Amino acid sequence: MAETVTSKNMALAKAINESLRRALESDPKVLIMGEDVGKLGGVFRVTDGLQKDFGESRVIDTPLAESGIVGTAIGLALRGYRPVVEIQFDGFVFPAYDQIVTQLAKMHARSLGKVKMPIVVRIPYGGGIGAVEHHSESPEALFAHVSGLKVVSPSNASDAYWMMQQAIQSDDPVIFFEPKRRYWDKGEVNTEAIPGPLHKAQVVREGTDLTLAAYGPMVKLCLEAAAAAAEEGKNLEVLDLRSVSPLDFDTIQTSVEKTRRLVVVHEAPVFFGSGAEIAARITERCFYHLEAPVLRVGGYHAPYPPARLEEEYLPGLDRVLDTVDRALAY
Amino acid sequence: MTVESTAARKPRRSAGTKSTAGKRTTATTPGTEPELVQLLTPEGERVKNAEYDKYVAGVTPEDLRGLYRDMVLTRRFDAEATSLQRQGELGLWASLLGQEAAQIGSGRALRDDDYVFPTYREHGVAWCRGVDPTNLLGMFRGVNNGGWDPNGNNFHLYTIVIGSQTLHATGYAMGVAKDGADSAVIAYFGDGASSQGDVAESFTFSAVYNAPVVFFCQNNQWAISEPTEKQTRVPLYQRAQGYGFPGVRVDGNDVLACLAVTKWALERARSGEGPTLVEAFTYRMGAHTTSDDPTRYRGDEERLAWEAKDPILRLRRFLEASNHTDERFFEELETESEALGRRVREAVRAMPDPDHFAIFENVYADGHALVDEERAQFAAYQASFADEEGGN
Repeated sequence: MAETVTSKNMALAKAINESLRRALESDPKVLIMGEDVGKLGGVFRVTDGLQKDFGESRVIDTPLAESGIVGTAIGLALRGYRPVVEIQFDGFVFPAYDQIVTQLAKMHARSLGKVKMPIVVRIPYGGGIGAVEHHSESPEALFAHVSGLKVVSPSNASDAYWMMQQAIQSDDPVIFFEPKRRYWDKGEVNTEAIPGPLHKAQVVREGTDLTLAAYGPMVKLCLEAAAAAAEEGKNLEVLDLRSVSPLDFDTIQTSVEKTRRLVVVHEAPVFFGSGAEIAARITERCFYHLEAPVLRVGGYHAPYPPARLEEEYLPGLDRVLDTVDRALAY
Repeated sequence: MTVESTAARKPRRSAGTKSTAGKRTTATTPGTEPELVQLLTPEGERVKNAEYDKYVAGVTPEDLRGLYRDMVLTRRFDAEATSLQRQGELGLWASLLGQEAAQIGSGRALRDDDYVFPTYREHGVAWCRGVDPTNLLGMFRGVNNGGWDPNGNNFHLYTIVIGSQTLHATGYAMGVAKDGADSAVIAYFGDGASSQGDVAESFTFSAVYNAPVVFFCQNNQWAISEPTEKQTRVPLYQRAQGYGFPGVRVDGNDVLACLAVTKWALERARSGEGPTLVEAFTYRMGAHTTSDDPTRYRGDEERLAWEAKDPILRLRRFLEASNHTDERFFEELETESEALGRRVREAVRAMPDPDHFAIFENVYADGHALVDEERAQFAAYQASFADEEGGN
């Protein structure tokens, strides 16, 4: 069978690496830019070996200046290139936030459609790796709030591979949040498959009693929570949202109309997080189906804590199950 | 070429800093106040310059008349736009009054395949690029955020966030180099922008990658109410030295010097010598924008001193003294100016408000479900009024 030939087991980081390699091979306009992406292969080795094979002109070690990275990528896009830039860690994106929000996001609209911005901004994000300050944050809502940007986050190796292909092919700027605590999780990647749409959510576990919705690093946790709940006789459905902007509300709605209960899980702080938007819109869409308010599990309204406290701060199995119980109690 | 060697070649004559020299030495390192590259004195006298004369050697009397015409028409357009704001036809206008020579001189140094990244005040450069002046007014009237195709004239949209465009110019120039083209890129910014991190980062990136970009800083002495002393304690052109590329200060009210120095800098870019910083020393004769009131922060004395160095007046004196023109030229230009003013006035008044649904257009190139949904909601909301009207 063709599939057994083309399907490979690889870590999520390697899947992104392979996807970048394929993009560099298939389109001479694709560039990789970032700090330490060349010889070192990135601090997470996501770009490992790419500069060796594609040269310094296409895999570009940049000065240590995030605004400069995104700002020059905009200029390169105006010249017809398709830059894929790496921000080394989530907490370091803010020097580039101005270029992303005031320039990158608005360029297509303010040019009345004359200019396109096919730029991917890769950001390893989230906690759970025992890192120092500014290395564990989840700022996706700060980007989803900005029109003109698309925001996605894969949860597994196969999606990481294909969503990166699609993000690079997109003529819109895509903020690509990579779940760094899952970089080393392995999964099957079929490089000849025909992928589904980039911004479509997927039902990764079917259930009837309650819907757990998550993306990126929290999908695995939700699947573990659903398995644990099953032992207690609760049948949970799990959605991998995959895209934060646009959000696939249709898939969430279909699920909630069946299960009548929704819990949204993300590492980002709950307050003004993506769960708030999901709760508001699903309440409006599914008002007469809901048996309980939409509940959220996420970070607290406090700075991301020192690593020794992060297990208390991050949603964990027990906190998700506790919230599931609260929703089921209505 | 180094900053030192450039300074050593500068002519002795310097008129640009006289009026404020005493004040400025308190803010700059003593003894470092530079002289300007100047080819035309305020009195319209041609000054020889061993380094830069060759870059204007091919300028004919007809070219000179063309530069004069460009400056006069740009000033006329600018004055019309200011009037239109006062009449309520524009929400805002950022006047270039006083900076005509810096913009026309540098703008006419460019080739068609070069690319320009302007601020929001480069009306004279836009004119040189062939962007219709009326297209510049859409954003100031509030009907769009940029009314021209950037690739139509290789003139990027106006950038309002200060300094952002210097990075875009640098990235574009990096792309030019990758393509193996011999085009050059020019980034406009001002003395205020020189304090922005993006400008510093663009200097770093362009130097490291040897990008073919010219940084053209119009030092018009004022960033709204803050004088240059609030931005720097060294002359701005000297900043380039720390990044490893040359910087030159040119008399920004001398169109010939601006043309020559920009041509030199563009040639460096084309021949693979990398970035150059040009500081055009000029003066913002008007307010920052029509919303500004300069009487709160600066006196008439300074303005009058700069008025004596007017860029248009000095070229007119030179043209007349060298018998390159006759009265008819000036008369015809006056007629052409009035026609331009009338055309701009009529075009602005006739400019239609955008369709309501323009809000949702071009937010994304590949579409977005939420934008589609909100557009549909907006349409239904609007249609609900139509139903009521129909029902009555």
